[in-house]
Amino acid sequence: MLTKRIIPCLDIKDGTTVKGVNFLNLREAGDPVELARFYAEQGADELVFLDITATVEGRKTLVELVRRVAYAINIPFTVGGGIGSIADVSALLRAGADKVSINSAAVRNPDLVNQLAREFGSQCVVVAIDTRFISGEHRVHTHGGRQPTELRTVAWAKEVEARGAGEILLTSMDTDGTKNGFALELTARISADVSIPIVASGGAGTMRHFEEVFTTGRADAALAASIFHFKEIALPELKAFLKEKHIAVRMD
Amino acid sequence: MKTVIIQYNAGNIQSVTYALERLGVSALLTDDEAEIRSADRVIFPGVGEASTAMRYLRERGLHRILPTLTQPVLGVCLGLQLMCTHSEENETDCLNIFDIRVKKFVADPVHKVPHMGWNGLVHLRGALTNGLAEGAFVYFVHSYYAELSPYTAAQTDYVHPFSAVLQKGNFYATQFHPEKSGQAGARILQNFLEISPNAAQKVLIKPDLWEVNS
Repeated sequence: MLTKRIIPCLDIKDGTTVKGVNFLNLREAGDPVELARFYAEQGADELVFLDITATVEGRKTLVELVRRVAYAINIPFTVGGGIGSIADVSALLRAGADKVSINSAAVRNPDLVNQLAREFGSQCVVVAIDTRFISGEHRVHTHGGRQPTELRTVAWAKEVEARGAGEILLTSMDTDGTKNGFALELTARISADVSIPIVASGGAGTMRHFEEVFTTGRADAALAASIFHFKEIALPELKAFLKEKHIAVRMD
Repeated sequence: MKTVIIQYNAGNIQSVTYALERLGVSALLTDDEAEIRSADRVIFPGVGEASTAMRYLRERGLHRILPTLTQPVLGVCLGLQLMCTHSEENETDCLNIFDIRVKKFVADPVHKVPHMGWNGLVHLRGALTNGLAEGAFVYFVHSYYAELSPYTAAQTDYVHPFSAVLQKGNFYATQFHPEKSGQAGARILQNFLEISPNAAQKVLIKPDLWEVNS
């Protein structure tokens, strides 16, 4: 049986991990490679690296980082953040990334999704959708969720699927950072409306929230950052909890 | 010992190279016939689209070399599909090492396509899955699958059971990505590296363990 995936997300700036991390047994807490290895050993099913580096020089370090991560870990990982061209994607995939996620660039130029799917295959094209409920509807936002667009979230999800996306990373800006749980209704709606996998993101605070997003929310995978980084929830404990709730998870 | 990775337009070559390095094996990436034929074992990776990949193989004559290799060969993901007779992906004629047709998964309300994520291996047999427990989890990303056949050496259930591992003589193949499948995947690669290049591998046929999909 295909298992539900648990995906820790690492925010990267200039090649180091951004969010304050307080791990024991890690030589260098800010080193994304060490952190990635730790999560892989703890049973993470995949990892996402989100690059928030602004400068061109900083972005060059990303490709080198991807190479080091690919060498160090034996689970799949996605790289996202500021990716805007076929050349960007090609460099990251050649360095060993399994998937790339595009966000604002897809909104600006939807054909990019088609081009990437044709060039590299749908399996490595993740479209990240940041969504917020405004004026009575779910609308796609860009620029880290700050800028609203005209796009309606559900329609956009269907469109990127039709254009060849292999997966959708859905982040609710309404729930992100609240620790009050994922956006269940919207996630379930999109999961029912498209036939590609949905990764739910934003709002994880308890193990129960993961259970809900996999049942009520119909998500295929769930992503979280701070609750893992700050050790509020440990991966082995989370998986044991979900298994007890009869949710299929990968256990060694 | 010489391990060769077939160089063509496959997307996962870097990951396979790294996975072998983690096992202490430095593989040669090549599309040269003499290098390939002189290798002790050959890995045929694959991520991408079937017709484009086959065209690339034909242009380099690799479509003639691959089926005639006598050392252990391991196809991965699209590599497995290309080793079959025909793929529904753009109706592509493939290498015909395994007399099996490759079909597209049909999505339904509970099964999305692609089949992406960790799923279990059952009905394990043969050298590649030595030491793995029934139900061991490995990582899949694919929209097309090889039907169950006499060559199926492990199967996985998604929509219906399909071939997760194939073996016929010296030819081995996995639909999943051992290079991305944690400890289980590393074990599978290690098993492949430990298969003796000269051992005459028996063709595995156990009809009781497979059934033909209609």
